[in-house]
Amino acid sequence: MKKYLSFFRVRFLTGLQYRAAAAAGIATQFAWGFMTLLLYRAFARAGYDRFPLPFESLSAYIWLQQAFLALFAVWFWDSDILEMVESGSVAYELCRPTDLYTMWYVKTGAARLSRAVLRCAPILLVAVFLPAPFGLTAPASALQFLAFLLSLTLGFGVVLAFGMLVYAAEFFTVSPAGLRVLVVALVDFCQGGLLPLPFLPAALRTALEWSPFGAMQNAPLLVYSGFLTGGALLRTLGLQLFWLLALVLLGRLILARGLRRAVVQGG
Amino acid sequence: MIRTQPIIELSHLSKTFRVARRDPGLKAAAKALFRREYTEIRALDDLSFSVPEGQIVGYIGPNGAGKSSTVKVMSGILTPDAGTCRVCGLTPWRARRQLAGRIGVVFGQRSQLFWDVPVIDSFELLRDIYAAPQDEYTANLARLTDLLDLSALLRTLARQLSLGQRMRCELAASLLHSPQVLFLDEPTIGLDAVSKIAVRQFIRELQRRRGTTVVLTTHDMQDIEALADRILLIGRGRILRDGTLDELRRTHSPLRTLTVEYGGALPPLPAGAAVAESQPGRAVLTVDTRVLGVSAVIAALSAAVELHDLSVASQSAEELVAGLYRELEL
Repeated sequence: MKKYLSFFRVRFLTGLQYRAAAAAGIATQFAWGFMTLLLYRAFARAGYDRFPLPFESLSAYIWLQQAFLALFAVWFWDSDILEMVESGSVAYELCRPTDLYTMWYVKTGAARLSRAVLRCAPILLVAVFLPAPFGLTAPASALQFLAFLLSLTLGFGVVLAFGMLVYAAEFFTVSPAGLRVLVVALVDFCQGGLLPLPFLPAALRTALEWSPFGAMQNAPLLVYSGFLTGGALLRTLGLQLFWLLALVLLGRLILARGLRRAVVQGG
Repeated sequence: MIRTQPIIELSHLSKTFRVARRDPGLKAAAKALFRREYTEIRALDDLSFSVPEGQIVGYIGPNGAGKSSTVKVMSGILTPDAGTCRVCGLTPWRARRQLAGRIGVVFGQRSQLFWDVPVIDSFELLRDIYAAPQDEYTANLARLTDLLDLSALLRTLARQLSLGQRMRCELAASLLHSPQVLFLDEPTIGLDAVSKIAVRQFIRELQRRRGTTVVLTTHDMQDIEALADRILLIGRGRILRDGTLDELRRTHSPLRTLTVEYGGALPPLPAGAAVAESQPGRAVLTVDTRVLGVSAVIAALSAAVELHDLSVASQSAEELVAGLYRELEL
């Protein structure tokens, strides 16, 4: 266990070095957040105001989404891992007494978390002081906030496990760039990155809520804004836990097969 | 220390790769969409050898001979189709993680240091990954820092190191957990003369002090000349020659070149010696040591002419190996 913790520490500290990238990221996320909110306001003013969420909740959704972008955006690929799989030099990773799945899971997790830590504070701080209904309002209760933290952690875990699926799948294709483009577009939409899931038609929305994509950013962001409470909240947390375990299991299986291929075919 | 069991033992290893092949042109490309044609490549073909503990083995052969496949099998990265292999008493592909703690690997073309952190951070991480006891780690680090002159480098980011500095750190990184066997793949590639010598001295020292077994894969024959107790030559997936450099020289490179500067007229030469080039007062002779010794030729010369200067040269290891590759049609 200690080896994975140390590994996490090194990757995390490495990520904290990139201050310029963080500053640029913060600026982008502010611009993006404001633009999105202005877009919704334009709809509201034009009379299309039958939103499934109150505007305050929508604002909270968007600011949290921007603050924690690094945790949930699928397009934060780890170029080391991609390079290793494509060149076949992944085989050399096996010279260490470690479990590759855990190692990579920790590695990608640390990289995302260090980015998020650098970026979230300024965004959250400013968002809190924005005038209503554009600001980030406090959750209704401490319990709700705790549920949000739990859901955030689970959702983050699901995103990491999903990323591992993609890395593992790359073992089976010669040119994996196409797969990634497709995955990024699809997953971003399905997890509520473009539009919160409650805005979608009922059937599609239900299907996505039960899918692993609903267990990503959709869950914690809706928990925070108080959209999910009681039974719906428990169901969501349960689903998140289920998908986390299922995707980890699946990823381990695919990675083991991919590695066997590399080991048998010589990398 | 006497051990009856060799530390590395390979017997009858075979490994075949399938490689897709197709003829040039559009038609062949279209055909390949539906049916691929494969060629089989025998990377290892009934390969056997063993290495006793504490030996430095130079593992040489032309590109594609099967060198890196063998190293991959021995480190548990590659599973052979047939044959057995024991390294430190373990079968590598079955006990990969257990074996990883007992071997060290340095692949000259690949870094095991983390790019964006000081070298010492990488070392501490490796300590935790290998679960090396703290006192053992501290002792190893102190010794390696001293031997490889690392004290100025430990706080530098790995990406800011020069190639020679990086290679010294790589060597240290692979030895922090006191491995019994070290696999070195092109450890001196791209290094300047000073760094090459430092790396070679260090490897010698390591063997002398710790009795570490070293398998050295390289194209640099000076590495082999300076380090290898024994040379294994592999070609087409088989061991073709096995012996010390001197033994190989005796059997495969019996010619010596004798350059003499003299006064007088050259006498007729005994059988086995011949004149390769001559000018008045200077001659280059070749001597076939299978027929007669160099000293006999010198004696014959000094009896007949006045010798001013004389030098004897044997083939360099580089030429010897190139000759061997040609002879073996590799």
